[in-house]
Amino acid sequence: MGSEDIWIIGSNMTRFGKHPDKDVVDLASEASVAALRDAGMTMSDIGVLGVGNLMNAGAGIGQQLQKQIGQTGVPVFNVSNACATGATALRVAIMAVKAGETDVGMAVGVEKLAGAGLLGQRGPKPQSETWEPNGRFGAIGSTEGRIGTNIMPGVFAQVGMEYGHKYGGTSFELFARISEKNHAHSTLNPLAAYQKRFTLDEIMNDVMIAYPNTRPMCSGNCDGAAAMIVVNDEKKKSMPVEVQKRAIKVSASVLTSDPWEEGCQILPDVNTLTRNAATQAYEQAGIGPEDLDLVELHDCFATAELVHYDNLMLCEQGGAVDFFESGAPWRDGTKPVNVSGGLQSKGHPIAATGIANIHEIVMHLRGEAGDRQIEGAKVGLAHVIGLGSACGVHILEKAA
Amino acid sequence: MNESENTALIKQIPFVDYLVLGEEPYLVANECDQCQARYFDRRNACARCFGDQFTKVKVASSGVVTSFTIVEMGPVPYVSAVVDCDGTPVRCSLIGIDPTPEKVQLGMTVELTTYSMGEDSEGTEAIAFAFTPVK
Repeated sequence: MGSEDIWIIGSNMTRFGKHPDKDVVDLASEASVAALRDAGMTMSDIGVLGVGNLMNAGAGIGQQLQKQIGQTGVPVFNVSNACATGATALRVAIMAVKAGETDVGMAVGVEKLAGAGLLGQRGPKPQSETWEPNGRFGAIGSTEGRIGTNIMPGVFAQVGMEYGHKYGGTSFELFARISEKNHAHSTLNPLAAYQKRFTLDEIMNDVMIAYPNTRPMCSGNCDGAAAMIVVNDEKKKSMPVEVQKRAIKVSASVLTSDPWEEGCQILPDVNTLTRNAATQAYEQAGIGPEDLDLVELHDCFATAELVHYDNLMLCEQGGAVDFFESGAPWRDGTKPVNVSGGLQSKGHPIAATGIANIHEIVMHLRGEAGDRQIEGAKVGLAHVIGLGSACGVHILEKAA
Repeated sequence: MNESENTALIKQIPFVDYLVLGEEPYLVANECDQCQARYFDRRNACARCFGDQFTKVKVASSGVVTSFTIVEMGPVPYVSAVVDCDGTPVRCSLIGIDPTPEKVQLGMTVELTTYSMGEDSEGTEAIAFAFTPVK
């Protein structure tokens, strides 16, 4: 793409976890200021700001952030796109730079979720005296429990079970072992909300949330923020050598929604849009899954990680179980997946997640990932999915 | 009691408007006239082919469980499932079966059933649907 290349020159994430003394704007500020410092820039350099936050989607968090760290009058795009909100904010910044509207964009994702409980569950409505049909199904009450489930652990449990029905080979224990891997990885990540290694027995005997997902197999609600600064080729070349040396190339940046598929309005189809995003990303980057040194994928639940091995084409179609059984996705395997600990241990502050998973790749490609560094990593892929659905896939490469 | 009085006495309402009550209750889908995609909700247009003409069609009342979960949060565990009813996927709860992974199996055959949710202040009885193992 030559001069159209996009580079990440600043990147940061806060520690994920409980931050009772910080509000959403504090967390966003912390990540943003650190990302600016990482790039050797100030707010005066930023030409466009994409800001993701889900829980306060109407509150103009982008402008609130500007009011704390720098009001320069540049356009702010406040975005919300379920769990893909962070990746969407980054897409906005990248699109603006690619369109030539500015040379420098910043994307921020932030969420405060500690103690938020189960997402996807609607509280009971006050019972009226008579049955009243409501909504697009004309339902006279909450469908939760009466017509299946809407809670996230249940929806994603069914996604994994559906894969098992289609291809076979899945079991409660298999899904629990995926979680065992990610929790083991998390012990090397000081920014993870949980850094505890669990035995397989501990995972399987923990509280069952939605079979086959027990509590440690679910992503943790927590607080956190991540921020990233992107520039075009020309801008990168004008930066100090130290900044250029640490710049990471965005070889592909893709966002998809789910095309119509049979049954996709019955059980969300998280597969087709992920496969589409991956296909587009590999094409954009001119590389294939075999070239990836590491992958951060959206393991919001252990059952989800399995299907995305397949959707991201890390294995043959239908071969996700064999892929896991081969040991490939462990950090010492042939295709390390979620060496950050994944959402199950690192935590899942929704709008921060889609930037934080890219940040993880950046750290490895820069050789700055500390104890969990994947040696010699040159190419990485970050994937995120928001139910509804939206899927972001970014492929990053170390500068030649 | 004659027949018309009997009908007047039993006031029933389905839990959702795609459940058709009667001697043998069934589910009904909005089928796109152009591409035959099926939907259970009120439609503005077809998400697959963008057509805007639909016909109500009866959905097969038995099928195969293609996915399930057992939600154990809350006071009573329940089984959520997707049932393939002759090519039409249906989202539902499974009842009449122990909510355990030993009992609920992928690939098992289930059929439509209904149950009462009770009456409102005007005496209208709400009827919900679920699927249950074929006996």
